[in-house]
Amino acid sequence: MEYFHTIRIDPDKCQGRMSCLRVCPTQAIRVRGGKARMLEDRCIDCGECITACKNGAIRPLTDPVGELTKFRYTIAIPTPALYAQFGQEILPGKILSGLRRLGFDDAYDLAYTCGEVSLVIQEYLRENKGPRPIISNVCPTVVRLIQVKYPSLVDHVTPIDIPREIAGREIKKKKAQQLGLKEKEIGAFYITPCPVKMLSIKQPAEKVKSHLDGAISIADIYGPLLSAMETLDKSEENNSLENICLLGLGWAIAGGIRRTLKLKNSLAVSGITEIIKVFEDIERGKLKHIDFIEAYSCPQGCVGGSLTVENLYISYNKILQLLETLEFEKIKACPDIVKIRRRYRSGYYFIEGKLKPRPLKPLYEDLSLAIQKKKEKEEIYARLPKIDCGVCGSPTCQAFAEDVVRGEAELTDCFAMIPEKFQELSQELIKLLKKTAQAFSSKIPKKQTLSKEKKRKK
Amino acid sequence: MNRHDEFIQTFTILGRDFSRAGSVSTEIKEILQEIGVPSSIIRRVAIASYEAEMNVVMYAQKGELTLTLNPETIKIEVEDEGQGIEDIELAMQEGYSTATEEMREMGFGAGMGLPNIKKNAHIFIITSSPGVGTYLKMIFYLDEERAA
Repeated sequence: MEYFHTIRIDPDKCQGRMSCLRVCPTQAIRVRGGKARMLEDRCIDCGECITACKNGAIRPLTDPVGELTKFRYTIAIPTPALYAQFGQEILPGKILSGLRRLGFDDAYDLAYTCGEVSLVIQEYLRENKGPRPIISNVCPTVVRLIQVKYPSLVDHVTPIDIPREIAGREIKKKKAQQLGLKEKEIGAFYITPCPVKMLSIKQPAEKVKSHLDGAISIADIYGPLLSAMETLDKSEENNSLENICLLGLGWAIAGGIRRTLKLKNSLAVSGITEIIKVFEDIERGKLKHIDFIEAYSCPQGCVGGSLTVENLYISYNKILQLLETLEFEKIKACPDIVKIRRRYRSGYYFIEGKLKPRPLKPLYEDLSLAIQKKKEKEEIYARLPKIDCGVCGSPTCQAFAEDVVRGEAELTDCFAMIPEKFQELSQELIKLLKKTAQAFSSKIPKKQTLSKEKKRKK
Repeated sequence: MNRHDEFIQTFTILGRDFSRAGSVSTEIKEILQEIGVPSSIIRRVAIASYEAEMNVVMYAQKGELTLTLNPETIKIEVEDEGQGIEDIELAMQEGYSTATEEMREMGFGAGMGLPNIKKNAHIFIITSSPGVGTYLKMIFYLDEERAA
């Protein structure tokens, strides 16, 4: 199967400096011929390489704003993390009005659906007696990490669809009815904090097609949105606390779901390295007493996404303060639980498809041959310097040994093999010289003696 | 009896080395993934080998774990030098533990170690001489149907 990725490496800008090689958590990068290259089946689109590249050669792919013109009616569905990108006094209502002013026909408050899904998760945790802990599927990188490196944890991932998908599906249905349009004439655009959400729209992990039509980066829209908000009349501003859904706002930060639902036995983890530690523990059977895990590949959750603008600690703090204010004012503004329970039973919230593992290719399809390859690999590894220098273009000596066994690299690509190679070559050279010398001794020396004799005569 | 399609690797486990505890079972898991063992079996091996590794870390001075892998079976043997087990039958009971208060505070010693190994391995053998050490052997069949 071909995997779509939202990370692009520009070979013209790449200088083969290998910073990306070292940071990739799934060892999905190789430098060959001085240029970085991605191994498509290994990449989970976390974007670590984007930040690591000093030359700006690795870029995320998002939709240009121009995509909007393809639709008769457009709706912006911003991540709740967008609400944290502006000053304390700018509230979600004003930001949504700003998006409308910017040219979207409508802007939808995704936090409301997030709140709905929070309550659905609560229902699911109560009713589902399956394997614990249940892992949130909100971060597409985490879902892909599980598919690729922790395939046995696939059953732990919640089967409840992500708020942005549910919102896209429902709002298009509703607007089509209201406006007498076809659903395909309505474009629902997610305003995204990270490139991987774009990927989950182009190629969802679980199902065939997304309900969203594209993703626009916060970074791209930030400046225009700020100007648009300045032109709003007081009456349009809608800048009030009253309709902010407390439960949904929490989705912008790591720990927001567990905090607003008051889940005792749950963890909030962020950052790939930390997530890997937690997943290792789950595989060892250590975390069975934990009910729910929120995991985000970006530090502090979606506010830490690579396409956000504001410093992530400032935006984290803004969300936290808003949550505290809403809690203090006892404002919930969240969907009705009775309605949610009815919808829950009808299957409304569940993902259409099923998440399947996508384990890494073994050394060989056949077990017996795979074991032989493994032995070969260990023999090669034993000869390597084991310093993980990366000069060969593979991230570690282990990965290099594997690349050699798979026929994707040559043993002589390792600098430590140069003396061996040199020895080999020089022996060949000696042999060659001997041969030539023999040839010479039978012919040339006579000439030489002749010439010496001639010289003497002179 | 050296089969060409048999892979053997030995790991050393140090007692009391809590900071590296779990690294051997992680390494075993990665080897099995590389070879393409089904993930349901890897899960069993991961849990059982982790429990065995932790037993060495908690109760022994040091131990050796040997992984033997061929296309039909995964064999894991753990031999340690340590206090050993006085009453194996008792140690096999769920909830029975000789862990100290300190270990429990660290989240270990719930008395599920040996029962967990037994539950996950297809064959499990344990022998011990008190004051000398403990020997564990677990076998997993790669063909789950045969195991059942």
